[in-house]
Amino acid sequence: MSNTYYEPSDLRKFGTITEWSEELGKKFFDYYGSVFEEGALSAREKSLIALAVSHVVKCPYCIDAYTQDGLKRGITKEEMMEAVHAGAAIESGATLVHSVQMMNKYKKLSM
Amino acid sequence: MKLKSLKKRENELANAKRQLEILSNGIFQDEELPTFRSKLKTLNLFPLQPKILEILQINVGYMCNQVCAHCHVDAGPDRKEIMTRETMQQCLDVIKDTGAHTLDLTGGAPEMNPLFRWFVEEATKVGVKDVIVRSNLTIITANKKYNDLPEFFKKHKVHVISSMPHWTEGKTDQQRGDGVFNASIKALKMLNAVGYGMPNSDLKLDLVYNPSGAFLPGNQAALEADFKKALSEKFNIHFHNLFSITNLPISRFLDYLIASENYEDYMYNLVEAFNPAAVKNVMCTNTLSVSWDGWLYDCDFNQMLELKVDSPIQHIRDFNKKTLSKRTICISQHCYGCTAGAGSSCQGTVVQ
Ligand code: SF4
Ligand code: SF4
Repeated sequence: MSNTYYEPSDLRKFGTITEWSEELGKKFFDYYGSVFEEGALSAREKSLIALAVSHVVKCPYCIDAYTQDGLKRGITKEEMMEAVHAGAAIESGATLVHSVQMMNKYKKLSM
Repeated sequence: MKLKSLKKRENELANAKRQLEILSNGIFQDEELPTFRSKLKTLNLFPLQPKILEILQINVGYMCNQVCAHCHVDAGPDRKEIMTRETMQQCLDVIKDTGAHTLDLTGGAPEMNPLFRWFVEEATKVGVKDVIVRSNLTIITANKKYNDLPEFFKKHKVHVISSMPHWTEGKTDQQRGDGVFNASIKALKMLNAVGYGMPNSDLKLDLVYNPSGAFLPGNQAALEADFKKALSEKFNIHFHNLFSITNLPISRFLDYLIASENYEDYMYNLVEAFNPAAVKNVMCTNTLSVSWDGWLYDCDFNQMLELKVDSPIQHIRDFNKKTLSKRTICISQHCYGCTAGAGSSCQGTVVQ
């Protein structure tokens, strides 16, 4: 066993999850593959969305994978950073919008 | 920092044997990853053999005005290996009866060979359909004596293929050196001005893209569309096709992979992306490579690894098409670079 929670080389082994549940694993990878094909959104746009979400869910495997994917597609570092900010803005907005609840409760409880 | 060739730096990777050792050790020796040979064997694709010879690729010398970080030739201003008139003449004699339709001149910067223009003039006379010059672009603006190259290319209807790692300055200069992007843009404008790369022009100008780092190239058609859009919108530059080429793990690129601790991941990526359909069309099946001193190789990569053709005929002066066609192609783990994804060759991807 490795002595860290995250092992970079585990990313390569992602596919092996099907070994313990073939049907569900296969369904997941088929679905995953289809999601990232060219569609109403380009594969390039989806790659940037995936990169932003990777940061929001704070998955180091996904961050590695979609930084590499972006490089392959010729996506620039400026585009990548803007995508991460879009994710971060939503994430901090989601936190901050809850402060309305705090304000409501504060007002309700105060004379 | 101004880079020097591995050879000049006396780096151990300037030694081809050492490179081949590295490519066979570690993950391949432990059988963590299959060797290229065993991969081909499991698919009944071993041994690799040539088909009809279509392209003769001639390396006229390793001297170059640039010292790109990824260069598989380990080229640079400090490399003195250069093809002589005698060897060029031997190549010309051979071209006539090989039946090859394409002559592909490469280097280093081929234009730096003082006999380059003579060689092109003679080569266009022997009736080859397509004479390609792999020009690094910056040579055209490097010195006054090269400024008329676009006119020279035009006069001889040479097909120009040039490298361009990205449509942004930062990414280009990071791989090819400071100032390369702006010099390349200037050279492309000069080529466009004489008609190269213009829509419907028969003066062919193609670009070669290879990744500026330890990652594989993306979809060739998508990259071509992005390059076309960016170059035409920002610079009003036109070109015909974009060839995307995978960096093979040899020479300076291998040095970079090891130094940046990307070697294992890169090899994993190559092996994972192995595409059996690409094997049938790897470029060694229709190309022969000739070195500056006249030796014959299955490809330019094998030339750099000093893997001469496995045939009783090994030199251009003894050329014999029939004997050479019976050879088996020399392979090692670097070959995974030609079979990843849609495949990779000097003409771009090999799988539609
Ligand atoms: S221009 Fe080409 S030959 Fe010259 S150093 Fe760069 S990659 Fe190598
Ligand atoms: S590296 Fe050379 S020998 Fe190996 S597959 Fe590619 S073209 Fe063929």
